[in-house]
This record gives sequence, C-alpha cells and structure tokens, in this order.
Amino acid sequence: MTEFWRTQHILASGIVAAVGVGVTYVSYTAEPAQAFLFPRMISSVFVVLALWTFGKAVIGKTKVGNGLNRTAVINIAPGLIVALIYIFWAAKGLGFYTASTIAFFILLTLYDPSPHNEARTWIKRVVITAGFLAVMYGLFAMLLNVFTPREIFF
Amino acid sequence: MEFIGYMGDVFTPINFALLMIGTIGGLILGATPGLSPTMAVALLIPFTFKLDATQGLILLGAAYTSTVAGGAVSAILLKIPGAPANIATTLDGHTLARKGQGAKALQLSFLASLVGGVFGVMLLIFLTPLLAQWALAFGPSHLFWLAILGVTVIGSLDSASVVKGLLSGCIGLWLATIGFDDIMGAQRFIFHDAVAGGINVIPALIGLFAIPQVITMFANGRKYLEAEVLSVERHPIREAIAEVVRRSRALTIGTAVGSFIGLIPGVGGQIAGLVAYDQSRKMSPERQKFGTGHSEGIIAAESANNAMVGPSLVPLLTLSIPGSPTAAVLLGGLLIHGIFPGSDLFDNHPQVAWTFINSMLIGQVMMCIFGLYVAGLAARVAQVPNAVMAAVVLGLAVFGSYSVQHSMGDVYVMAALGTGMYFLERFGFSAAPLVLGLILGPIAEANFVQGAMIANATSNLGTYFLTGPLNLTLIAIVVASIGYSVWMELRHRRYTTKDEAVAKEEALS
Repeated sequence: MTEFWRTQHILASGIVAAVGVGVTYVSYTAEPAQAFLFPRMISSVFVVLALWTFGKAVIGKTKVGNGLNRTAVINIAPGLIVALIYIFWAAKGLGFYTASTIAFFILLTLYDPSPHNEARTWIKRVVITAGFLAVMYGLFAMLLNVFTPREIFF
Repeated sequence: MEFIGYMGDVFTPINFALLMIGTIGGLILGATPGLSPTMAVALLIPFTFKLDATQGLILLGAAYTSTVAGGAVSAILLKIPGAPANIATTLDGHTLARKGQGAKALQLSFLASLVGGVFGVMLLIFLTPLLAQWALAFGPSHLFWLAILGVTVIGSLDSASVVKGLLSGCIGLWLATIGFDDIMGAQRFIFHDAVAGGINVIPALIGLFAIPQVITMFANGRKYLEAEVLSVERHPIREAIAEVVRRSRALTIGTAVGSFIGLIPGVGGQIAGLVAYDQSRKMSPERQKFGTGHSEGIIAAESANNAMVGPSLVPLLTLSIPGSPTAAVLLGGLLIHGIFPGSDLFDNHPQVAWTFINSMLIGQVMMCIFGLYVAGLAARVAQVPNAVMAAVVLGLAVFGSYSVQHSMGDVYVMAALGTGMYFLERFGFSAAPLVLGLILGPIAEANFVQGAMIANATSNLGTYFLTGPLNLTLIAIVVASIGYSVWMELRHRRYTTKDEAVAKEEALS
C-alpha cells in the first residue's frame, strides 16, 4: 500500500470517525434524554464501527476502496467547483434558469472533447444548451408548475 | 386471482400512456452507460408529483422494468453494460453482435427478458398477498427487527467490506434521526437551517445516486466514447422465438435463478445474471461455446436479470423492507403519495397495489415489443458524450430536488449528500445501505419507541425485544447475514492473498 493511498484512507475514515464521536457525544449529553434514546443506540454502533475502520486505516489494513488519483482530482476539480457554485450560490442568486444555462454551458465547454477553436463546435454547444433549457422549462415550469427562484434574472 | 379484477385499470388512456412513456424512456435511459436503473427511477420521482399514486407508480415501475432490459442494448452493441445487471450479457451478446448478428442478439435478449420478467411478476402476484397476510402478525418489536434486518442485509451483502457496509447503514440511520423527534418534539442534530425539518428522502435519494455519477463522469475527463456502435441487420423474429424455445434449459435456469435471487434482499441483478450464466454454462452440453456468441449465454443472463425485478419487490410490498436500492427508491415514491406498504397496502389501497403490479406485467410485454424496435435508437443515445450527460443529470437533480418542497434546503442537502457519497464510495463505503438506513430509520425508531412503551407496561425492554420465536428468528437472520458476509469476505481475502503470494513467487523465480 502506498503512503499516499494510506493517508487518503486515514483522512476519509478519520472524518467518519470524528462524525461518529460527535454524534455519540451529542446523543448522550443532549436533553431531553428520551428523545435521544434511539440515536444513542445507533450512535453506539456507529462509533464502534467508525473507530474500527479508522484503526484499520491507521495500521494500513484497509482492503477496499481505490481512493483518488492525481488525474481524477485534476479532472473533477473544475466541474465540481462549477457545480457547487451553481448549486450553493448561483441557482438562488441569479435565478434557476439563468444559472442553469451558465453552468450547463461551462460544463459542456470544460468537458466536451470537441476542438475549442472551431466555430461549429461552439454553435453546437450553444444549441445543446438552449435545447436542454427549453426542455427543462417545458417540464418544470409548464408541466409541473414548479416556481423556481427567479431572483436577478430569469 | 384478485389482480385480474384490476387489469382494466392499466388500460385507461392516461395509465397506458404513462406505461408507454416509462417503458420507452426506461429503455433509452437503461441503454445509456452511467445511468443506473436506481438513478433513473430516482430522477423520475419529481415527475410523479402531479400524478396520483397509481399513475406515479406505473411510471416508476415501467422505468424500473425497462431500464434493466435496456441495459442489454449497450451491452450487446457497445460492449458497455447499461447497468451492472447486464455484465453477463456482454460476454456472449457482444461477441454475437461482432459476428454481424446484433439483431439476433437483441431479439434473444428481449424475448428472454420477457419470459423471465413475466415469471418474476407472476411470483410477485402470488407471493405478495400470502406474505402480506402473514405480516399482519408482526408487532412493533418484529417490525423494529425487520427494519434493522433490511439495513444489515443490504449493508453486509451489497458492500465490498462488511464493516464499511454496516457503517454506511449506521450513517443512514443517524441521518434519519435529524430534525424533530415525533414523541417529544425535541430538536435533534439540527446544525443548519436546511435540515431543520429533517432530511427529505427524495432529494437525498437523487443526491446519493445521481451526484456520484455526475462526478464520475467529470473524473473521466474530456473523452469521446471510444466504443463503436455495431450495426443492427435484419433478422426474422420467428427464428429468434424458435431459438429461445429450443434453448429452454438456459431459459428455465435463468428464470429460476433470477426469481430466487430477487427474493433475497440485497442480492441484485448483477449476481442474478452472473450466477444464471455460470449455472447455464455448467449444465450445458455445449459449454465450450459459451463466450463465443452462444445464444444460451444471452438467454440465461437476460432472463435472470429481468426475473429478479418482480420478486425484488415482494419484501417491499409486504414488509416495507426494500430488497434493493431501486426498490428503496420505489418506496420513496410510495411514501410521497401517502401510501405505506406492508400488511395494510392490499386492504386499504388494493387499486393502487394491483394496478401497479398489473402494469409491471403488461410493461414486460411492452418492453419486449418496444425493445425490438427502439434498440437501434437507444444504442445511438448511449453514445451521448459524458459532458452532455453530466450536465443534464446535474440540471435534473437540481430542479428535481427543488420541486419536492420548493425549498433550496433540499437542493443543498442533495448536493452535500451526493458529493460526500462520491468521496465515501472511493474509500469503500456504499450508497445502498445508507439509503436503506435513511428510509428504514423512521420505521425502526417508531417501532422501537412503541415497543419500549409496551415493554414498560408489560415486561422489560430486553424481554420484549429479545424473546419470542419471531424476534429470535429475525435476530438470527441478522446475525447470519452478517456472519455469512464476514466469512465470504475472509475467504475472498485469503484467496486474494494466496494469488498475490503465487504471483510474487512467480515474479521472483
């Protein structure tokens, strides 16, 4: 097992163990105690399994999970950043349809393997984006009557 | 034979139209690599809000049935299984298509799916009412253990690591306790306004199944789909029917294995397809032909993965225990329409239950008919680039989660759970037990609290929950499923270690 892979497993299982310890602490200290009867039972099992997993990761005995390699992280990062900005800020701030158009077009541009120096491929991306948004508007606004946030723009 | 009385309800214009839409849509979604049946059904749930319970379930059931069968299209024409259930189909299906007999492979696949699927739904029809009657004898302690059983069986059987599977189940059970508790009205684990009302199951399902797929598509980077779509020539359907009839042994093995495996919670279509393929090969006098484009391989694998669909819903409809992640999503679909499966489903909502089951039966026939006609189109759709697919799924996940309660909090929960799940999956945790924990958590807690009250009045907690034949049987099954999975994991590890040692020795010599 490489050191990098082991460190990743320690980090991941450490976070889960920390959540487990936190949940258990709250379950056993929060009031009213009766409301936390079931969480106490679950959290006790949760923390034991989480610490067991963490212990195995620390001594390098973790057997499953491939972790993340450098290439995957580099590939994921731009898309994930765009997606999270879209969800946690732009969707409400700019309005669902505006934010979705921008996010869709950026993601398409980032991950489309077609050349970026040809007008034809850019037109294709614009057409796909417009088509997708038209379908989403038709489905959600017209068919399901979902009134999505339309803050600054549409 | 109560189901026959409700057969006409499937053919009302709206119900039949939904069945057609679900079937065709499911075939196309199923053929698209990266879109699993579970994710496809989860993304469809928001579209059922405007429908009544029966119509919503018809749409979801049709999509479930046909996504499993649709996965064979990309398995045969692209050598990329549309879903894990179609892995075994690639072995002979794609080889046959490479020989210029793609149409024959598709026809065999859809005909075998039809036979397996119909048999599976018939099992669902005849077993469900019997089990539902039996389930009437269940009290709070039994229902508590059943909920725990649902989580532990999926956690231990569906995961590469038993401990991580059970841990995922515990995380799900904990997530289910977030919000206000039903008895005291006390706040529990509310660390952000978005979860003040608890975690809504639908956005959680969408996030847990769709977002990891989106991120996986990002991880593949800027790539064209390298697989070439094989052309589909003309092939007379009667010859395919004759071939299926002639290969009745493979068909019987596939259907029997698929039906049996479907009944076991936590063992999915992937296992059904592979076990049926393997058993069919072992029992065939032409076993050397397997892997070279042999029709028995396709028939066994495809009849098995569709035969599994009906029986996988038996524990869901009778005991409220979803036997698979897709069944868990269907449970979410039932709950949002105010229908609680279990012993009273057939008494209080017979029209919903029987129309849904009948629609799955008719859906199998429609899946076969449409499958034979739209297979070529579905294979083309399967070539949609990752970039487009990722952006489309992300958009649908955001709009779908928001539409549940018109709340941004749901969208945040969907994104947070989905992103977290992607990273957890990279380290051996799995989404299925977490989802089961989230769905079964409230059932387990409600019955635990109710049981505790009864125990306070009549006996003590230990006696109430840990004694009695039914309690002990359920506890024994929980322990046995965990024990079996631990044993399998240790055995697998021992063989892997042995193989590694042999490989090392060979390398040294």
